[in-house]
Amino acid sequence: MTAVELRSDHLLPPVWKPSQEVGWWAMALVCMSEAALFAYFLAGYFYLGAANPAWPPAGTEKPKLEIPLIMTALLVSSSIVLIVAEKQREHGKRAIYRAGSALTMLLGIGFLALQATEYREKLRSMGPTEHAYASLFYTITGVHGAHVAFGLLLLLYTLLRDATGRVDPERPIVVKVSSLYWHFVDAVWLVILVSLYLSPRLT
Amino acid sequence: MGLATEHLETAPATTERLTRLWPPPRSILAWLATVDHKKLGTRYIVTAFVFFALGGVEAAVMRAQLARPEAQLLSPEAYNQLFTMHGVTMMFLFVQPVLSGFSFYLTPLMIGARELAFPRLNSFSYYVFLLAGIFIYTSFLIGAAPNAGWFNYTPLSSSLYNSGPNIDFYALGLLFLGISTTAGAINAIVSILKLRAPGMSVDRMPLFLWSSLTMSVSVVFAIPALSAALLFLELERHWGFVFFDSRFGGNPMLWQQLFWVFGHPWVYIVFLPATGMLSMVIPTFSRRPMVGHTFIALATVVTGFVGFGVWLHHMFADGLPQLSMSFFGAASITISIPSAVQIFAWLATMYYGRVIFATPMLFALGFIVQFVIGGISGVMTAAVPFDWQATDTYFVVAHIHYVLAGGTLFGVFAGIYYWYPKMFGRMLDERLGKLSFWVMFVGFNVGFFPMHVSGLLGMPRRVYTYAPSPGVDAANLISTIGAYVFAIGVLVTLWNVVRSRATGAVAGPNPWGAGTLEWLAQSPPENYNFASMPVVSGRDPLWTNAVSPGPAYDADRLTPRTSALDADIEAAVELPDDNYWPVAAAVTLLVAFGALLTRWYWLFGLALAATLLGSARWMWPLQTEVAETEV
Repeated sequence: MTAVELRSDHLLPPVWKPSQEVGWWAMALVCMSEAALFAYFLAGYFYLGAANPAWPPAGTEKPKLEIPLIMTALLVSSSIVLIVAEKQREHGKRAIYRAGSALTMLLGIGFLALQATEYREKLRSMGPTEHAYASLFYTITGVHGAHVAFGLLLLLYTLLRDATGRVDPERPIVVKVSSLYWHFVDAVWLVILVSLYLSPRLT
Repeated sequence: MGLATEHLETAPATTERLTRLWPPPRSILAWLATVDHKKLGTRYIVTAFVFFALGGVEAAVMRAQLARPEAQLLSPEAYNQLFTMHGVTMMFLFVQPVLSGFSFYLTPLMIGARELAFPRLNSFSYYVFLLAGIFIYTSFLIGAAPNAGWFNYTPLSSSLYNSGPNIDFYALGLLFLGISTTAGAINAIVSILKLRAPGMSVDRMPLFLWSSLTMSVSVVFAIPALSAALLFLELERHWGFVFFDSRFGGNPMLWQQLFWVFGHPWVYIVFLPATGMLSMVIPTFSRRPMVGHTFIALATVVTGFVGFGVWLHHMFADGLPQLSMSFFGAASITISIPSAVQIFAWLATMYYGRVIFATPMLFALGFIVQFVIGGISGVMTAAVPFDWQATDTYFVVAHIHYVLAGGTLFGVFAGIYYWYPKMFGRMLDERLGKLSFWVMFVGFNVGFFPMHVSGLLGMPRRVYTYAPSPGVDAANLISTIGAYVFAIGVLVTLWNVVRSRATGAVAGPNPWGAGTLEWLAQSPPENYNFASMPVVSGRDPLWTNAVSPGPAYDADRLTPRTSALDADIEAAVELPDDNYWPVAAAVTLLVAFGALLTRWYWLFGLALAATLLGSARWMWPLQTEVAETEV
C-alpha cells in the first residue's frame, strides 16, 4: 500500500539522487541567496555606471585581461577536474577522487594567488577609496575571492571526511554539496568576468 | 477528532523507545544546547515579545513627548534614537522573529514530522537572533543608538553627518541578524518541501505553510539586497570606500534603491505569515473548510512575487522619471488584488460557515477590519500625486501601523490564543482574552486613526515636536491616549498568558476541533511529536478522517523524507541530537561582529575562524561509515 512496502517488494531498486536530500536543497538555496547578493552588487555597479559620465571614470584605465583570463581558465578547469573526480569516485576509485579534489583545490589556490598579483599591480594606479568605480571593483572581486576561499575550506572539509571514512558510501551527499558550491562560485566568476572585465571593452 | 487520534495509538514498547531516543534536557546547561523545534520556537516567540516590550516602551515615551505641542520631555537627538530603535526593534527584532517562531514551532507538527530539516541550524539561528538583538541594544548603554530612521538614508547615515558609532551598531547588527534570518528561511523551506507527511502533496498543504514558504523564499532573495547595502555603508564609513558620496562618483540613491528592493518584500515577509494564521483560525471557528483554498495559496505566492516589483513607490518624492513612477504606481495598485482575494475568501468562509466568536476569531476579525483600512490608505499612497502630499507625514505612519500593528500584530494575537493550548496544554482564559481584544481594538483605533488626520494636516513624521496648531494638537493628544489604552490591552493578554499556565483548563489534543495535523499531537506535544508518523490522504485530514498511522520510525532519531510536490515517501532522515557547537558558533560570531565595531580586525579574523571551526565541528559525524538507514 505505501511506498515503504512497495520498496521491499523490489519492483525497482531504489535510485539515490542527491537532489532528494535535504542538504542538497539547503545548498541550492544558499547558492540562490548568494547569487542574489552578486546580482545586487552588479546592479549597483551598472546603476552607478549609468549615473556617471564615464565608467570606468576618466583617467582610470580599463581592466587588463591577461591575468583574469588565466584566472578564468584555472577556475573552469578546476570545475571540470572535480566533475571527473566525482565520476571516478562513483566507480569506487576513491584515491583518484582525492587526488582530483586536491588538484581542484590547487587550481583554486592558484586563482587566489593570481588575484593577489592582479590587486598588487592595480593598487599602484587605483586605490579602492579613490572613486566609486574602484570601490565597486575591489568589493565585488574581493567578496568573490572570499567565496572561493570558503569553497576551498568546504572542499578541504569534504576531503578530510572522505579520508577518515566519514562519507556515507551509499549516499555521498557531502561530496555533492561541496562540489555544488564550488561550481556555483565558478559560475559567479564568469558573470563577474563579463560584467567587470569584458563589458568596459564594449564602449 | 477522537476517531483520528484513537487509531494512531501505538504499542507501549515503541513509546518507550521513542522517549529514550528523544530525552528532555536534564540540566540548565543542556537546556542551552537543545535542538527541539518546539523549545526553540517558544524561545523565539518569547524573545521577540521581550523586544516588542522594549519597542513598546520606546513608543510610549515618544507618545508622551508628542501628547502636547512643544514639549521638552525629550531632546531632538534622544527622540531620533527612540523612533529609530522603535522601528528597528519592531521590524527586525519583533514581527519577523515572532512569525518565524510560530513557523518553527508549528511547521513540523503541521506537516507531520518530528523536527525541522536542520535542528542544529535552528538552534544557531535562534542564538544569532538573540545576540544580534542584544548587540543592537547595547548601543543604548553608551548613548549612541542608531538615529537615522529604520531605513537609514545616506548621506544622513554617512560618517560625514553621523560620525559616532550609532550607525555602525545598526549596520553591523543587521548584517549579523541577516545570517539568522536567512538560515531560518532556508531551514523552513527545506522542511516544508521535503519533510511533509507521506501523502501531503502540495495541494493538501495547510495555508499557514504556504505563507511561511512564500515568506521564506522572499527572505532568501531580499536579505542579500540589505546585506549588500549594509556592506557598502560599512566599507564607506570604516574604510573610506565610495558608494553613496556623489563627489567621487557615488550616489545616495543607490542606498535607497538597495534598501527598498529589500524593504518592500520585507513588508510582505512580516505580513503574509499573519494572513496564513488567519487562514488557519477562520476555518476552525467557522466550522468548515476554507473557501477558495487554492486561490488563497496562489494569492499568497503572487503577493510575495509582486512584492519584489513595487519598491520604487517608497521613493516617489525623489524626482524619478515619470514612466518608472507610473509603472511602480500601477504595480503597487495591482498588489491589492491578491490581498482582496484573501479577504473575500475569509469573508466567504464565515458566510458559508457557522461562526463561533471565540477570542482567536475576534482577533482575526480585528485584523480584517484594520487591514482593510490600512490597505485602502496603501492604495491611496500608491497613486503618485497623492503620495507627494502624504509622504513623510503621519498619514504614512498611520498606514504602516494599520497594516503591521492592526494587521500582523492582531494576527499574531489570534495565533497566540489559538495555539497556546497546543504549546502549553492549557487554555487561555476566554474572559480575559475578550477583554484584551476589545481594549486593544479600541485603543489601537483611537491611537492610530487620528494620525491620518494629523498627517493630512501636514504634520511631518520623525520630528520631535510640533508648534501649537488647531486640529493637530487634539489629534496628537487623542493618539497618545489611544496608544496607552492599547498598551493596557496588550498587558491583559500578557497576564492571561502567565496566569493560564497554572490555572487554565486542561486543553487535550484538539480543544478547538480543528482539522490540521498539529492537533493530532498531544498538548503539549511529546518530544518526538508523533509516536507513529501520520500518512495523509486529504486536506484538513482530521476533519475528513484522511489520516492513518504510518511506521513508527523508532530505530533511531528519524523522520520520513518525501518528494517535494507529491510527498511520495523517499527515505528516512536521520536527525541530530542536542549539541553545544551551534551555541558556541553563534557566540564567536557575536565576537566577530563586536570586533568589527571596535575595529580590532585581528580579533575579527580569530573569531571568524573559530566560527567556521565550530560549524565544521557540529556537522562532523562522530562515527565512521554511517550505514544506510533502512526505512
